[in-house]
Amino acid sequence: MKRFTDLYWRLDATSSTNEKVDALREYFAAARPEDAACAIRVLSGCRQLRAVSTTLLRQWAAEAAGIPLWLVEECYAHVGDLAETLALVLPHPGPDAATTGVGMGLAECMRTTIEDLRGASDQQKRLVVERVWQLLAPRERIVWHKLLTGGCRVGVSQTLVARALAEVAGVDPAVMAHRLMGTGVTDATSYAQAMSSEPTADDARRPYPFFLASAIECEPRDLGPTSDWIAEWKWDGMRAQLVRRGADATLWSRGEELVNGAFPEIVGAAAAIPDGTVLDGELLAVRGNKLLGFAAVSKRSGRRSVPRKLLEEVPCIFVAYDLLEHDGVDIRGLPLVERRLRLESLVPLPCTAGAEPAASEAVGVPSETAASPQPRLLHSPCVVGNSWDALAAARATSRGRGVEGIMLKRRSSFYGVGRVRSDWWKWKIEPLEIDVVLLYAQAGHGRRAGLHSDYTLGVWHDGRLVPVAKAYSGLADAEIVELDRIVRATTLDKHGPVRVVQPTQVFQLAFEGISHSTRHKSGVAVRFPRIVRWRRDKTPSEAGTLADLVQLIDAETIDASPQPEMTP
Amino acid sequence: MSDLLAVTDAGLYCSQGDFYIDPWRRVPRAIITHAHADHARSGCGRYLCASPGTLVLRSRVGSSAPIDSLRHGDKLSINGVEMSLHPAGHVLGSAQVRLSHAGTTWVVTGDYKLEADPTCAPFEPVECDVFVTESTFGLPVYRWQDPAVVAAEINDWWRANRDAGRTSVLLAYALGKAQRLAAAVDPSIGPIIGHGAVMKMVDAYRASGVRLPPIDRVPPRARKMGGGRALVIAPPSVAGSRWLGLFGETSVAMASGWMSLRGVRRRRGFDKGFVVSDHADFPGLLTAIAASRARRVLVTHGFTDTLTRLLQERGVDAAVLPTRFTGEAAPDTAVAEPNDDDTQDDTTDMSEEAPA
Repeated sequence: MKRFTDLYWRLDATSSTNEKVDALREYFAAARPEDAACAIRVLSGCRQLRAVSTTLLRQWAAEAAGIPLWLVEECYAHVGDLAETLALVLPHPGPDAATTGVGMGLAECMRTTIEDLRGASDQQKRLVVERVWQLLAPRERIVWHKLLTGGCRVGVSQTLVARALAEVAGVDPAVMAHRLMGTGVTDATSYAQAMSSEPTADDARRPYPFFLASAIECEPRDLGPTSDWIAEWKWDGMRAQLVRRGADATLWSRGEELVNGAFPEIVGAAAAIPDGTVLDGELLAVRGNKLLGFAAVSKRSGRRSVPRKLLEEVPCIFVAYDLLEHDGVDIRGLPLVERRLRLESLVPLPCTAGAEPAASEAVGVPSETAASPQPRLLHSPCVVGNSWDALAAARATSRGRGVEGIMLKRRSSFYGVGRVRSDWWKWKIEPLEIDVVLLYAQAGHGRRAGLHSDYTLGVWHDGRLVPVAKAYSGLADAEIVELDRIVRATTLDKHGPVRVVQPTQVFQLAFEGISHSTRHKSGVAVRFPRIVRWRRDKTPSEAGTLADLVQLIDAETIDASPQPEMTP
Repeated sequence: MSDLLAVTDAGLYCSQGDFYIDPWRRVPRAIITHAHADHARSGCGRYLCASPGTLVLRSRVGSSAPIDSLRHGDKLSINGVEMSLHPAGHVLGSAQVRLSHAGTTWVVTGDYKLEADPTCAPFEPVECDVFVTESTFGLPVYRWQDPAVVAAEINDWWRANRDAGRTSVLLAYALGKAQRLAAAVDPSIGPIIGHGAVMKMVDAYRASGVRLPPIDRVPPRARKMGGGRALVIAPPSVAGSRWLGLFGETSVAMASGWMSLRGVRRRRGFDKGFVVSDHADFPGLLTAIAASRARRVLVTHGFTDTLTRLLQERGVDAAVLPTRFTGEAAPDTAVAEPNDDDTQDDTTDMSEEAPA
């Protein structure tokens, strides 16, 4: 446990990739297999179940520290991290703790002090928790608390973990990345397999590491002729791989979780594609011809099983845009244009959801009928444009379609690992914008603990300011510090951690979409709001109005009309 | 009976004695608890401070300022108010102000700490009826380690940097903490170099009789210093400045009580954070309050609301005394904000909790 704690703090202390890999390599080279397997699970952010509720932990910590519960809460509001808060308020451990610690490896520690607590009575839990508290120094307690409450996130990507493990095992990083996907390493045995230089037998269900696109960094026309590129819609759903091998079909999220249970209709539909196929694509929620967006898909994604009602409310499809394995052969090294040809032969139906209702319901996503069940597997059609201007015009219709813009992929590109700049670009639509006034502020968490960095922003309506969005900053660190000072100086009222401020500061707010909403007081809901600029040049009276926002909703509906040429 | 002290526009005022304690405006008569910029401002008619702090105060408020001094523990009567100064353990010459009038005794702590500090006299508990205490670190998450343990951590860091050929830069307030750290580290590891603002105070400390290890100055036209072996002690304002270019490859560490929190350490982006403060930690505040045996406690600058509520729940007659020594404890502004003190040639060595 001490060695893992040291690793945690070493990773926490540096932002250098090389130093992180060094720390990981040294840890894994010396770790016992069962501890290493456990560490991989934790580092890859596998969702851990909460063994003890934080409410109980706060109460027990308050009692152990001899302070009232409200004071623990005050500390939490100041520190911004519960695991750290509790670690710091607890009495310091006895003098022998430094030498003994919990005296066990990570795996045993997690098993006996965390996993065994599930299902135990509160009294039993408390005994264990208090015993561990007495043994651990504050810096070890923080890590243990995070493990205990299921919130241990470490700032390393799976790619870095794979790189370090590959160096220790002496295998190619891409092979290691593949072995770590999904339920790759769970115990000492599977760790030993993953670290072997031989191919492992358990490869059959594994997805491939996802290849990621970057936001475009130049003018699209600087990318050269459009004929070098394939343009697709940038879908607003959840990235996934559909793996069809042997008798099995598995669906994997980008977070490497098996999501078969959450999307049974997609897994069922995979029976239609041949054995030895791996598709990369997007899970989309669709009703009729309308895309419901990421928020709708995420209602499904976290579940182990889906109730019938939700299946009907949020029907999903899988739109494939790449073929990674064909006839059981890894074809990631083929040019994209070749992979797409094969993809379209395997999955012939294009997805035209989001376009204007088709004259015929033969294509697109027709409603389900008894005679023809709704097609669940579609491919992502190319957006055709002979010039960058034509593609820009197509991109301008994105919002009306419910897509986020356009993806540009080089025709000759192979399917890489992780994020490699140059071949795949996201060309997202420009956000909508309005000037808003700061109304409330709340202290942030983690890196922004103690600083007021969560803002509630409003616009004018009938001579009053009404809140329309919450934004978690978007400002530079120095600006946050400065704004924090203004918040403290202009506070009118406090409601718990929320401060009501004098409306003096104006910000330019960007957001991705807007719709009518009955759940919001203002009657409108904006998507992905964030601050793009602090408008010190403006006074609150110059901020936007609710009428401006409502006008944007109407504009969006009209925006959807032009339909660019699409070819399957 | 009216209170012996009241907060006015100019500062904490004793009307019976007609003097101020640590005023934030220019007043005829000022008693100064210590020379940090938010407590000692220039331009007052007369100053009074504890004798060990005279030279330090003079270097802050100007050579021509009329400064009277009083030995720790000696009594002085000002317009019928009996006044004495008692060590606060914060920085050299820091004092608690004890006032006694018509059978009531008040103590104003200024800033204080209970930890041992070789560069100043230790905090002396003084019994009183009304105790005016700071609360900079008045949350239970703030608890200091043994200063010897922190010194060992700093030495380890310095040694590792030296072995890697990197200069160690330790950021600390120029008055008090810089000297305390210089006295605490192991000078056999390598040379110690002081920033100009630090050296001004080092000179004042040495002239006041405090023993410090050899500390090198940076000559006016220096091109290169330290040779990758030195420990440079400098005010926090040099972080990210060109001045650090003198030292080649560096590892930059911050010494502050706020470094207790991971979020602050990460946000400030230093290579290392050492938890060192010249203020009392949470247990220290409670200890000092209990030792005062005061029947009434007034809480100023820091986590005033929180500490007051806790004391009230524990049966103490406690209230917030709003002063301008600081607003709310704000780790990020503590070093980023220049103080509005017009006499300071460097604006960084205000005390730890002092946003303007």
